[in-house]
Amino acid sequence: MPSKLVIGLDGAGSGNRALDYGKKLASLIGDCEILVVYVIEWSPFTFQTAEENAQRHKRREEEIAVATTRVVEPAVAQLTSDGFTATGKVRHGDVAETLNAIAVENKADQIVVGRSSEGGFSSRIFGSSTSNLVMHASMPVTVVG
Amino acid sequence: MKTNIRHLAGGALATVLASPALAQEAQTLDQRVNEIFAQFTGPFVSFIFAPFPGTAFPWIVMWLVIAATVFTVYFGLVQVRFFGHAISLVKGDYSDPNDAGEVSHFQALATALSGTVGLGNIAGVAVAVGIGGPGATFWMILAGLLGMASKFTECTLGVKYRNEYPDGTVSGGPMYYMSKGFDELGLPGGKILAVLFSIFCILGALGGGNMFQANQAHAQISGILGDYPGWITGLIFAGVVFAVIVGGIKSIANVTEKVVPFMGILYVGAALIILIVNFDMIGWAFGQIFAGAFTGLGVAGGFVGALIQGFKRAAFSNEAGVGSAAIAHSAVKTKEPITEGFVSLLEPLIDTVVICTMTALVIVISQQLIIDEVTGNYVLNEAGTAIATVGGVSGVELTSAAFASGISWFPYVLAVAVVLFAFSTMISWSYYGLKAWTYLFGEGKGSELTFKVIFCIFIVIGAAASLGPVIDFSDAAIFAMAVVNIFALYFLMKLVRRELESYSARLKSGEIKKFSH
Repeated sequence: MPSKLVIGLDGAGSGNRALDYGKKLASLIGDCEILVVYVIEWSPFTFQTAEENAQRHKRREEEIAVATTRVVEPAVAQLTSDGFTATGKVRHGDVAETLNAIAVENKADQIVVGRSSEGGFSSRIFGSSTSNLVMHASMPVTVVG
Repeated sequence: MKTNIRHLAGGALATVLASPALAQEAQTLDQRVNEIFAQFTGPFVSFIFAPFPGTAFPWIVMWLVIAATVFTVYFGLVQVRFFGHAISLVKGDYSDPNDAGEVSHFQALATALSGTVGLGNIAGVAVAVGIGGPGATFWMILAGLLGMASKFTECTLGVKYRNEYPDGTVSGGPMYYMSKGFDELGLPGGKILAVLFSIFCILGALGGGNMFQANQAHAQISGILGDYPGWITGLIFAGVVFAVIVGGIKSIANVTEKVVPFMGILYVGAALIILIVNFDMIGWAFGQIFAGAFTGLGVAGGFVGALIQGFKRAAFSNEAGVGSAAIAHSAVKTKEPITEGFVSLLEPLIDTVVICTMTALVIVISQQLIIDEVTGNYVLNEAGTAIATVGGVSGVELTSAAFASGISWFPYVLAVAVVLFAFSTMISWSYYGLKAWTYLFGEGKGSELTFKVIFCIFIVIGAAASLGPVIDFSDAAIFAMAVVNIFALYFLMKLVRRELESYSARLKSGEIKKFSH
């Protein structure tokens, strides 16, 4: 049975570093599938106007389409052309929780993410997605600096 | 205060219309508008608020309470049986993780609440307790508990018969369930009811959802900053609302939507602090509420007076049966329309049973209402229309004084809260009005823009002028929505019961189960 890596992308530099490291790891493992995941930050407990609610379904489709074409598909295409077995997934939710949930669902062996690009005040109070993932993940997590 | 506002209104309107030199003529114009308006709308207003012969009890209040009682009985105390389930739904226990990113039950409920929690909870309750005494609180709570069943009925239908468009947007509300639901049952007249409802909804949105809010917000601001022309407040409000609903500047609405719940929590928190500090008086306060509910404790109209005030203010505050909530709740993502009905049960509970009761308890415990030491009854003011208060204040000022007796600086927070509540209510009602407008005139950029511009103009008028008849008329329009809506609900409630029976059976059999998150 092949190993499975989940690579969390964020559409920025740290995600690309995670991707590069994931490739290296996959080559070392040999028989390895890669699942590229992009999580759109979203919470069911936010406050919205009635108009936003009415358009929510449409916006969600748009967000998924943008994330798929701009982030996930290029990454999967790159991995495939490099000779890896790769698939992609886009989902809404809390970044740390959702990455972990997807990894568990897909029986992954490890999660690879980039070091958080967030900083400053909000990450001091709420913690970054990366540190949340490290603290709560149900499997090994590699954080790429 | 009232005459002051009216005086200012004339001047303000004049400045808006032409030059200050024409103020005198504008004043008469203002009066003329009032007169003409009153002539045309007077019969409608008197009809809606007409009391039962020989009593002071407005039939419209009875209409709402009877409907709420009928729905409570018909759905077998749905508000009790499914209360726990409603909480689970809001927590997201039954939400499919694959639907993440869609409108959640919590979001639909929060949006609906931001439309109803507002001046009714702060000023309306003070009016109820000020006139009807502490006993009004008892009837208010009862009306809130019964109103949960009305919300359940209309919100289930709102989701069931909403329109889902190919571009992914949704539109729902009484106009859709009236036309589609009546068609489904093979009944005639659904379309006519839908058109009638839409007309009243537009008028209600411009009036109670707009002019009244702008007017009261200005009253609060000028109460702190000192008197200044209302049109200034109106223009600022209109500018901000315009930026949000026409300019699409979401950040303002987003900020408000985040601050308003915080204000609500702050308000309840402050009330709780006052109650905790005076915990030894809570028993006494509930004693006053129960005694007042059945004896009146000397208020005008006795216990019937307390009952009328309690029922009336609860209806004004939680809008159960009015149909507005059915529009707000309809965007939720769910395969089971009835789940949103269960969630909407919580709305009158939070709005009326929790927040309104907090306000009432603080007013009673702060002893702003004067009690005759000898008889233990409340002392009436000189006119004999309301209970005498410590500073002779009423309405929002009474609430303010009551909170100030516990937390001296709270009136400033309250003023900010009132302004924000007014703003969020305006944003909500602009949407309700728009949905009714597009139902009548079709969806399209031009049609929508027309309504939005009209809406903003009415903000300026509302803040500038205390056009009594116009305000009366708009309140009447909101209640007229309830006349049409509840009439339709009586025919459609069997469709809801069908859903309820099917859903409870599947819930019991385990076919509907929680998702593990």
